[in-house]
Amino acid sequence: MRLTCPLCGPRDRREFHYLGAEEYLRRPAAEAASAAWDDYLHNRDNPAGETRDLWYHEAGCGQWLLVTRDTVSHDIRKVELVATLKGGAK
Amino acid sequence: MRYSGLKVITEGLFGNRGWGQVWRNPAPKAEYDAVIIGGGGHGLSTAYYLAKNHGLTNIAVLEKGYLGGGNVGRNTTIVRANYFLPGNSEFYSHSLKLWEGLEADLNYNVMHSQRGLINLFHSDGQRDAFARRGNAMINQGDDAELLDRDGVRALLPYLDFDQTRFPIYGGLLHRRGGTARHDAVAWGYARGADQRGVDLIQNCEVTGIDIEGGVVRGVQTTRGAIRAKKVGMVVAGRSSQVAAMAGLRLPVESHVLQAFVTEGLKPVIDHVISFGMGHFYISQSDKGGLVFGGDLDFYASYAARGNLPMMEHVMEAGMTLMPMIGRARVLRSWGGIMDMTPDGSPIIDRTPIEGLYLDCGWNYGGFKAVPASGWCMAHLMATGQPHEVARRFRLDRFATGHLLDEEGTGSQHNLH
Ligand SMILES: Cc1cc2nc3c(=O)[nH]c(=O)nc-3n(C[C@H](O)[C@H](O)[C@H](O)COP(=O)(O)OP(=O)(O)OC[C@H]3O[C@@H](n4cnc5c(N)ncnc54)[C@H](O)[C@@H]3O)c2cc1C
Ligand SMILES: [Zn+2]
Repeated sequence: MRLTCPLCGPRDRREFHYLGAEEYLRRPAAEAASAAWDDYLHNRDNPAGETRDLWYHEAGCGQWLLVTRDTVSHDIRKVELVATLKGGAK
Repeated sequence: MRYSGLKVITEGLFGNRGWGQVWRNPAPKAEYDAVIIGGGGHGLSTAYYLAKNHGLTNIAVLEKGYLGGGNVGRNTTIVRANYFLPGNSEFYSHSLKLWEGLEADLNYNVMHSQRGLINLFHSDGQRDAFARRGNAMINQGDDAELLDRDGVRALLPYLDFDQTRFPIYGGLLHRRGGTARHDAVAWGYARGADQRGVDLIQNCEVTGIDIEGGVVRGVQTTRGAIRAKKVGMVVAGRSSQVAAMAGLRLPVESHVLQAFVTEGLKPVIDHVISFGMGHFYISQSDKGGLVFGGDLDFYASYAARGNLPMMEHVMEAGMTLMPMIGRARVLRSWGGIMDMTPDGSPIIDRTPIEGLYLDCGWNYGGFKAVPASGWCMAHLMATGQPHEVARRFRLDRFATGHLLDEEGTGSQHNLH
């Protein structure tokens, strides 16, 4: 498996650290109800097919990446820099 | 038909013509008292104990492929009861006791082999942690012995004890740990359930769950609608998809775990060896193949195959620990999909929908759990109450904070 980092180009899977689903970008407000925090931390759509998840280019540019890929075929569809996403990540 | 040594001999003398079909191949009925979705180890053991312990025989197991074609036939067959946390400890202890009586109970040879499991440690701190775990196991009524370096050397003389990165300080020996023949466990439970009247329905994929006013009414399948008063979802690796049919979103992320087997060799590894620091474990099958594996590939996946970096890592760890295996040729590698929960422990519980029950989240280690999981899921489905040894495997524990994080690695699905 290879990811094409928008800054570094195509790189071996070993350069990246996988965190988890895109959910991690939607952190609830500190005072949000505990159900919102439970959902954010634990519950997942977990699709068999297209998914979006977060990878960190640890052995490269040190950027967080939002990767659109297929969990069944391991096909990588899109890799975006989290820092430049609309709305941004806080 | 009852199996026995005598039967094997007489059949051998007369051309093996007397072996009948092992289970029926029934068409689905329009209605059952209960249906189990998933014909893996856990689904089949649930059906068996529903019939045997609770007298529920108007039930069916619905399997989308063939019985035992899922993870129950893809694992590395380690059976152990070396858990630490209250909640896990009594459950796996119960499971191991069921394993010890399983062949007699099922009248089926599952090749359960208590060859002993050794967890290696490589530092003083790790020795303390294993001493503590061993004490917890003994307090639970199971067995554990702390071996020093010479103790390990006497059993496993072929390890590289002086490797510079992880010199071996000793190991925790769990003599009652071992392996079993994975397919045979599925087949034995299937045969036992069938003999008690359970319908095992293969090539029958559940495509929808019928719910009216918060109560389950049955399922939609590729072989038509089936009504049922109770439905159990026991679909390791597909739990999120099946639960979504009932509108549930689970605390599960699916990951691929790989395993490897070499060509058959003469007996060389007598135990199950676990090298946690290298993320490597190994045993030798009765056919002679070295069966080994490591960690997850670490990214969410439903592909029943992994990637090369983890393969390379596992091979390196094996060579670090026991250079003698370097000449063996790897025959096959494969992957299986596992439900990873945020604390690494399973769920056996009711759902918010009346009559709908959930058994999932087995992570890396659900094979050894097959007997107790079926036992407890059957108890839950028959009585509506959680079984004593599975009462902490609740679906709401993530919301309430009653996590069972055996390894203490934190609330992230792939870290367990
Ligand atoms: C490589 C590997 C090594 C492992 N090693 C060990 C080990 O050494 N020790 C250990 O204890 N555990 C181990 N495990 C874990 C263990 O194999 C699993 O936790 C366990 O088998 C899962 O439960 P099961 O047997 O019921 O799953 P499965 O056999 O996967 O059963 C689930 C069944 O549900 C069916 N299904 C899914 N969706 C539907 C649907 N919509 N309709 C109908 N049927 C459906 C599937 O076809 C499947 O047959 C390992 C796993 C892997 C992948
Ligand atoms: Zn980069």
